[in-house]
Amino acid sequence: MRVSIPLAAEIAVARAAGRLSRLARTGGGTTVPGKLIWKLDPGAIDRLAARLPLGSAVISATNGKTTTAAMAASILGERFRLAHNRSGANLVSGVASTLLDARAAELGLFEVDEAALPEILLRVKPKAVCLGNLFRDQLDRYGELEHVAEGWRSAVRSLPEDASLAVNGDDPQVGELARERPDALVFGVDDPSAARPSLQHAADSKYCVRCGAPYEYVAAYVGHLGDYRCPACGHSRPPLNVVAREIELHGLDSVSFELVSPAGTSVVRLRVPGLYNVYNALAAASLALSLGAAFDEIVAGIESFTAAFGRFERISVGDRGLLILLIKNPAGANEAVRTIVDGGAPATAVIALNDAIADGRDVSWIWDVDFEPLIPGLTRLVATGDRAAELGLRFKYGGLDAGAIDVVPSLEAALDLGLELTPPGGELVVLPTYTAMLALRQIVGERGFVRPYWERAA
Amino acid sequence: MRIVVGHLYPDYLNIYADRGNIAVLSRRAAWRGHELEVRSVSVGDALEPGEHDLLYIGGGQDREQALVAQDLLAKAGGVRETVAAGAALLAVCGGYQLLGRSYRDLHGADLPGIGVFPFDTVAGDTRMIGDVLLECELEPGVHRTLAGFENHAGRTHLDADAEPLGRVVAGFGNDGESGREGCRVGRALGTYLHGPLLPRNPWLADWLLTQALAHRHGGVPELEPLADELEAEAHAVSARRAATRGGGRR
Repeated sequence: MRVSIPLAAEIAVARAAGRLSRLARTGGGTTVPGKLIWKLDPGAIDRLAARLPLGSAVISATNGKTTTAAMAASILGERFRLAHNRSGANLVSGVASTLLDARAAELGLFEVDEAALPEILLRVKPKAVCLGNLFRDQLDRYGELEHVAEGWRSAVRSLPEDASLAVNGDDPQVGELARERPDALVFGVDDPSAARPSLQHAADSKYCVRCGAPYEYVAAYVGHLGDYRCPACGHSRPPLNVVAREIELHGLDSVSFELVSPAGTSVVRLRVPGLYNVYNALAAASLALSLGAAFDEIVAGIESFTAAFGRFERISVGDRGLLILLIKNPAGANEAVRTIVDGGAPATAVIALNDAIADGRDVSWIWDVDFEPLIPGLTRLVATGDRAAELGLRFKYGGLDAGAIDVVPSLEAALDLGLELTPPGGELVVLPTYTAMLALRQIVGERGFVRPYWERAA
Repeated sequence: MRIVVGHLYPDYLNIYADRGNIAVLSRRAAWRGHELEVRSVSVGDALEPGEHDLLYIGGGQDREQALVAQDLLAKAGGVRETVAAGAALLAVCGGYQLLGRSYRDLHGADLPGIGVFPFDTVAGDTRMIGDVLLECELEPGVHRTLAGFENHAGRTHLDADAEPLGRVVAGFGNDGESGREGCRVGRALGTYLHGPLLPRNPWLADWLLTQALAHRHGGVPELEPLADELEAEAHAVSARRAATRGGGRR
């Protein structure tokens, strides 16, 4: 027999658990209340979401979901009180925790794990959904890409009638979802001058989703994202509604482009760099458009956005700076490498590889990352984390002289060595996997240089 | 001296960092003054017996594997002749399965393999995922270990008299039951271990290079030792992972 507990009592118990988790210093308490309420009564999440007067917006992608959600918050937060899982707790429990904490929120804004998307869409019944990209990522956890894509297809089919959909047309698997809903917004890049000369090694969906023949790319931008066409059956990128043109990359500082949408056209200058952030901005703009935001609010929101935590974060540490770029899979890491090299290849870098569940226990992905553009400029590589030696091998067999590689498993010792190798006034590039990023921020935080992630202002 | 490697379907079967294995073979050959030339042999390409000293085939997702399976049947004779003539071969994960006699999928349909190795594979409904440690004896009396990572739904059942690549110390192995992992026929090796396999197990890379050199130039080639401290450290970490969390242990 199931004991029925009133929703208010469940909420009180779960919130108290979150405060306890923070008091006990075991973490941000960002998922503890959600896990508890999930255990007590899974249906509570549905009821909590249903209480939001303007409903919810959901974002998913292999890469860029935290940044896209932060950009969307920058647009929408001016006008609405948001329930936003900004710390990146993006499983059912994280969404539940955010809902518990939401109190007076009007609109839910959730980044959602790719594999958790089907369940969360069923429970939250969103007003708008934005789907960014699918890359191979943590095969030990998610299984094969095709399996995740199939989950997305059936999730999109069972969306509520009145929900709006925005998809990245440049990703063959994701763009195909637009055909499920004729009124979907399709975003993408249209600027062959920003294209890569060829498909990267880590490109995943390079065979036609309909017939299996290799796509021909008019332009490939990030991994397999681009303007594709199947020479055998003619399957091609769907027509774009929200487009980035005239892209100008400004090293590590910024990127600007012309944003073309049904609601208006404007030159936009982001305060974060890299072509991948153009995709994030397009995704955030499309989501905001489908929620009825005004075009000038959208432009102002994405232009005022600075960084999502750990994704492209500058922290000053005394008289030196840290530039932290999360790496978690080949496609994302390739963009981090390309962005860094475009800004002037560093002589020293700290790269941190952990292999906890959240990082992926299988570390083979580092061999699919194109780290090679970093190698000619590097005089010292500090390889750190639980799998530091494997990372050292990746660079040794990539052609970096073994004498230039320091293998220092301790993150703290590696950070100190990296800072020591950085001249005063200089900036140290740090590329950590997820749990290494959290640990490094904590180390820096304990030295008084950065606030814990659960205290970050909106 | 020169070694020619035939890399089968590098544009389709590359899911577990197979290029890491190729990079290790290339560098370790070059560091000894040998030249390793890697030739792609993909869909529609002919495989000429005698051209290659070493064949490599990696793993792919189900979709990519299905795309190459038909083409591989057309190359079956070429692969078998190449191996029979003494070229070395390394097949990893999906490529390993394709080189068996057959693969039965979850719906019960049998897909033919090319029969380089004496085994049949049957898809299971759970995946066997985790770190693995094997003990091998490729040369009589020489005991070595291999550390890697496995992620497969197929249960591979070797013939009773077949020779496995190694004995499972920690992890699932071919079928999660027999304690056997991989398969060996002469100079041809197949395994579920990726990671990739060769960077943290350089002795196996050198064994393959030695076999490839013997195929091209005859005799028993000697490879000079290299400084492998970093490789040894990576091996040790991976082996510890297998001991603590291989074979489904959490």
